[in-house]
Amino acid sequence: MLRIAPFNVRIRSPLATVKDHFQRFYTKYPVLDQASFVDFDLRVCPGVGIRRFWKPQSRFFLDEVDAFFPLPQQQAAPMFEWGLNWCVASRPLGYLVMHAGVLAKRNAALMMPGHPGAGKSTLTASLNLLGGWRLLSDELAILDPETGDLLPHPRPICLKNEAIDIVAGFDGSVMGPKYTDTRKGTISHVSCDQRSIENAANRAKVNWVVFPRFEKGCRAKSSELSRVEAFSMISEQSFNRERMGEAGFDAMCAMLDNASCYQIQYGSTQAGLDLIKGITER
Amino acid sequence: MTSLPDSLLLDILKIPQNASKLDPSQWVTLIHDARATNLLGSLARRLDAGQVTVPPGPKRHLDGATQLGHRQRRSVKWEVNEIHNALRPLQRPIVLLKGAAYVLAVHPASLGRLFGDIDILVDKDALGDVESRLMLNGWVSAKASPYDQRYYRKWMHELPPMTNVKRGTVLDIHHNILPTTSNARPDPQNIIARSTQTADTSIPWMRVPCPEDLLIHSLTHLVHEGELGNGLRDLNDIDVMVRACAYPSDFWHRFVEFAECMQLSAQVALGLTLAQRVFATPIPESAFKALAGGGGAPPRWLLWVYLRALPGLFDKQPQWTAMLARWVIYVRSHALRMPIHLLVPHLLIKGFSRLAISKKQEETP
Repeated sequence: MLRIAPFNVRIRSPLATVKDHFQRFYTKYPVLDQASFVDFDLRVCPGVGIRRFWKPQSRFFLDEVDAFFPLPQQQAAPMFEWGLNWCVASRPLGYLVMHAGVLAKRNAALMMPGHPGAGKSTLTASLNLLGGWRLLSDELAILDPETGDLLPHPRPICLKNEAIDIVAGFDGSVMGPKYTDTRKGTISHVSCDQRSIENAANRAKVNWVVFPRFEKGCRAKSSELSRVEAFSMISEQSFNRERMGEAGFDAMCAMLDNASCYQIQYGSTQAGLDLIKGITER
Repeated sequence: MTSLPDSLLLDILKIPQNASKLDPSQWVTLIHDARATNLLGSLARRLDAGQVTVPPGPKRHLDGATQLGHRQRRSVKWEVNEIHNALRPLQRPIVLLKGAAYVLAVHPASLGRLFGDIDILVDKDALGDVESRLMLNGWVSAKASPYDQRYYRKWMHELPPMTNVKRGTVLDIHHNILPTTSNARPDPQNIIARSTQTADTSIPWMRVPCPEDLLIHSLTHLVHEGELGNGLRDLNDIDVMVRACAYPSDFWHRFVEFAECMQLSAQVALGLTLAQRVFATPIPESAFKALAGGGGAPPRWLLWVYLRALPGLFDKQPQWTAMLARWVIYVRSHALRMPIHLLVPHLLIKGFSRLAISKKQEETP
């Protein structure tokens, strides 16, 4: 049982690939004793019957309920990561959950919402591993409506396709195996820095909201957005604002009241980092 | 009579103050069981009413369920408004049933409850108009196959469920509370005639059943369902309803009279006995006696079956008893629904069409 802030997660799996994944990425996380409260009780298991041997499957259980379609067994570790994302996004815990990469310097957070393929994972990994930002999350911005704080949820960063080789080239990056032919193409994970895990209890406030767009070779450009524009763009990226009702709406408004919002376009990771630097050191 | 096994969830629902002594692993069990039986919101409400201080871990799960409940109640009201707008020109009463009725009647059973479909009851002779008005306003029939369409229209007490194309919400339109083919033949006119307007004056054609009918319907529904996935939740609704509504001294008198008149004594007696066994619902002995006079004393074997089939009660016992009990209830629900000469062909057709569908899916991966 692990503390994967802000949640207590119980995970069981007989699969070697999942064990390897945990040994590579989760050894620094606090281990909880059996007397702790469990937020998510997860199990990643082999398929049953013939699917144990023939085209072996892996299956994901939340609270002993089969939550997804089975995946090929070599994708068991990514399945755990996706499964946990799904748990955070779908279980009503009173948090507003948005699809965004989030990092912070001290307690000032930079939030980068974006469609898949907008380049936010690469930028998130670069900011964390090269730029001195601590990682809150590469996928899930978790906002506590009561305090307006973002809750860190640092986990390995999921990289897709070309991003894998770029990040693998960073000094000292800890990469997992490549998983080919997943629904999202080839993916791999990279560990966030240890400081992010150690600081997982330190909440942060959103200072900057940046919508990144990566287009190979394009000229770097940044433009400020109004809060209304930012609101409608983030709404598209929220998993549960509809279900959160008024509390979710108010929380998102309050969050944007104290943030400056930008849209950036860049053609290389370095250009992206420079733009972020320009915005956050203004 | 078999006694119920210890259930932490039932214990806390009955006496919320006991929760102040729970250790973390008991909280895990409690929250898990409440979520699995769809009672997390109700649990939150009971703990809140009992002024229990909940540790931060489980509190988040309870607050989340409460918040979702608020949101869903609001959605239900909105949906009811939309249905009213679509049907207003017909100038016929539309009676809300189950969850939506609890919400619009501002009934305590609506608090902390999560909702699925909306159910309405209308006059049978208004069905055609209701269906076409709904179609004009964006609802479409969710069952596509001609067999399903015929099955519902010929034998059931409701139209095939309709889905709103914009919102994806599901609406069940009933013209009776039991299938046309079942042996009990309640007259829905009684329920419509006794229904009352809601507190919301902007939806004058929306009605809610009187408290006695609301309870009768919930009980009948519970004991006619083929699957008891939400059985504990429904029993909890019944318990809350009885505790909230049964104060006027003549409530049970009217209740028994209405149930008898609709030929539902046996159904409601079974449901009430279950509520009494599971939630210690306060039901006067005189009510049971009067119902028994109408042929309503539930047989012991049936109680045994129901208690074992309910999810979350006998879970620690061998699986096969629960499976057997659930199978018996499934078969019984079909037998109640249709006479055997209709049921056998129906199950055969459903079986074959399911086989055909799964084959088609295998061919086109």
